[in-house]
Amino acid sequence: MNSVPAEVWSIFVLSLGVSGTAVMVSCAAGMPMGVWLGLHDFSGKSIVRALIFTGMAVPPVVVGLLLYLLLSRSGPLGSWEWLFTRRAMILAQVLLDLPFVVGITMTAIDAIPRELLFQLRSLGASSWQLRCTLLSEAEPGLLLAFATALGRSISEVGAVLIVGGNIGGHTRVMTTAIVLETSRGHFAMAVGLGAILLLVALLINFLVACLQGRIAQ
Amino acid sequence: MTMALYRLEGLRLARGTEFELTVDEMTVSSGETLCLAGPTGSGKTTLLRVLSGLQPIESGRVQFDGRIWCHGMASLAEIRTIALVPQRPILLSRSVRANLEYGLLLRRAASDERVDAMLTCLGLTKLAKQAANTLSGGQMQLVALGRALILAPRVLLLDEPTANLDPQCVALVEQVLNEYRRSRNTTLIWATHNLFQTRRVADRVALLLGGQIVEVASCEEFFDRPRDYRTADFVNGRMVY
Amino acid sequence: MRLSLAGAASLVWLIAIGCMEQFSPKPAAATITLATTTSTQDSGLLEMLCPMFRAQTGIDVKVIAVGTGQALELGRRGDADVLLTHARVAEEEFVRQGYGIVRVPVFQNDFVLLGPPDGALSLNPPKSLDDAFGRCAAENLPFVSRDDDSGTHHKEKELWQSISLEPTFANYLRSGSGMARTLRIADERRACTLTDRATWLALSGEFHLRVIFEGDPRLKNPYAAIVVKGDGQSPARVRAAHQFIEFLQKETTRQAIQEFGKDQYGEGLFFPDGGAPGAGQKP
Repeated sequence: MNSVPAEVWSIFVLSLGVSGTAVMVSCAAGMPMGVWLGLHDFSGKSIVRALIFTGMAVPPVVVGLLLYLLLSRSGPLGSWEWLFTRRAMILAQVLLDLPFVVGITMTAIDAIPRELLFQLRSLGASSWQLRCTLLSEAEPGLLLAFATALGRSISEVGAVLIVGGNIGGHTRVMTTAIVLETSRGHFAMAVGLGAILLLVALLINFLVACLQGRIAQ
Repeated sequence: MTMALYRLEGLRLARGTEFELTVDEMTVSSGETLCLAGPTGSGKTTLLRVLSGLQPIESGRVQFDGRIWCHGMASLAEIRTIALVPQRPILLSRSVRANLEYGLLLRRAASDERVDAMLTCLGLTKLAKQAANTLSGGQMQLVALGRALILAPRVLLLDEPTANLDPQCVALVEQVLNEYRRSRNTTLIWATHNLFQTRRVADRVALLLGGQIVEVASCEEFFDRPRDYRTADFVNGRMVY
Repeated sequence: MRLSLAGAASLVWLIAIGCMEQFSPKPAAATITLATTTSTQDSGLLEMLCPMFRAQTGIDVKVIAVGTGQALELGRRGDADVLLTHARVAEEEFVRQGYGIVRVPVFQNDFVLLGPPDGALSLNPPKSLDDAFGRCAAENLPFVSRDDDSGTHHKEKELWQSISLEPTFANYLRSGSGMARTLRIADERRACTLTDRATWLALSGEFHLRVIFEGDPRLKNPYAAIVVKGDGQSPARVRAAHQFIEFLQKETTRQAIQEFGKDQYGEGLFFPDGGAPGAGQKP
């Protein structure tokens, strides 16, 4: 049997790795989408916006359930053999984070007046320079998107429990470990894990606040 | 006033069904100061946008420095010789200093000395580190002027650059622009509805009414011997809209 | 400054990824998925058995701990290779429907009826199981049901049926939760509830509840292992699953199961089937 600290450490690292990867993937995919949506006007944009905001409200267990049915060996993607693996957990969290990343990025870009773009071009900005300036103007929003995604990922339990299976050493992350320890009646361990989770969240948001403070200057 | 810097021919710009701006012919010479006079909504801002090389046009042609702009769009190199000072400037959410520096950074020509000189020139030194979004309207307009002037453009397009300024600042801006123009042979195209200012700064004046150029004349002729009756009405303050 | 913060964050992430791989179990010869009931995981039994199995065969067992109902469903969908459950009727139906290849009883323990120490049933102990359940219904005593299609829930329904009663009295509460939470609800609401002895021994320190009734043959709680038929695409996994069941029946394994928990609770939690005489029966 593993000693307790080693087990906690592995759960902690697994949480960070899975959620971190999910956030990176959803930012890499979602931010360009959000920027594009924020910059372009097209018919049906309000419908897209409504869909994205609905995506934010989808309960994680529902995502977990749908993903389970898809990834199950008798489901359409069963041949991937992703069920009860970290990949499935990352996929679930990416799906959960994506609406937040896209929506918040889109809103942040939308909030930049179109006239600013014209004025920047008149000052001699090439289209690439314009994009970079735009991103830096929207930086507080992008950071918010990042922090929200990370917060949602790392504290999420419903979806990863269903598609990850809470297998010790494989797919047991902090939240699912808390569920397990609670059901075992090991409240001290559960509370300890909860405290670590809280600490991580605090650290992330402190970091984001630091970054946003720098921007404000 | 040697060669024509701008030549506009048969320019038509529509918004909806109405023609927003129609210019049959217009030239701007290198080094001159052309004032665009006319009431609000007469098309001054639109004309400045066309001259900035960033406004697509449906028909007509704009020739700049001997080259015709395709659909009214200038190349990046050309745009970088033209600077626009908008009537309602939007500044980047950075410091005043960073806003002044922005155009230089785009050209990979960052220079602390030039920024310092511009801050001193416009009396903004004390505000250098302040966030741009905390400035007053007048201060913002000064920063907008500074971020364009610092680029030492060939052409400066000014859209009511002194509308929000107090009289001292107006005098300062006029003086600074005058110096710039003289030392660098900068072409100024200056939209204003202030007739006194027009008289003080213009070499030539163009009157716009309802998206049409009514008359282009030298400053003296425009004010003292207007050819068009509408110009006379405008100059004498009898025009009521 | 900003860049260095972002760099630090990325570094933490990369280190986490690196460590994550390191924390992965070493590659196994094969991996099978075991869907089981929460009681076997919560008691820690599988944490002892799986490493033993791996040491002997090199096969890694991924344990998904859910209710018996969900475990059977995982098997039906082919998402698990072996099941370890405790609902005989449902299991036999599972095999009969062709989802399982073989069902082997492996060990058992028993259920106990718990109640508040100062409740009506404690003060006047019931003579028999029928008496206990009958009085709950007749006197409208609080009773918490798992109501989650788990093995314990199946057993409870069986018991109500065996005394021809429908639990429709007002104080019959449906928790819809796992055993530990159900025990907590029973504790807080001063209610009776049915639980397996392993969970009870592991958690009894937490609660004020006490055993009201035990020992009826109907309270037996047999666990069985089932090899899932699967989709036929992975004969290696089916072989590994068979190996796991053979492992559970081995003498050394049975000994280990028999001894499990004795050091901690003073009595065994599970009793292997088909071993030495008397071992399969709760004394």
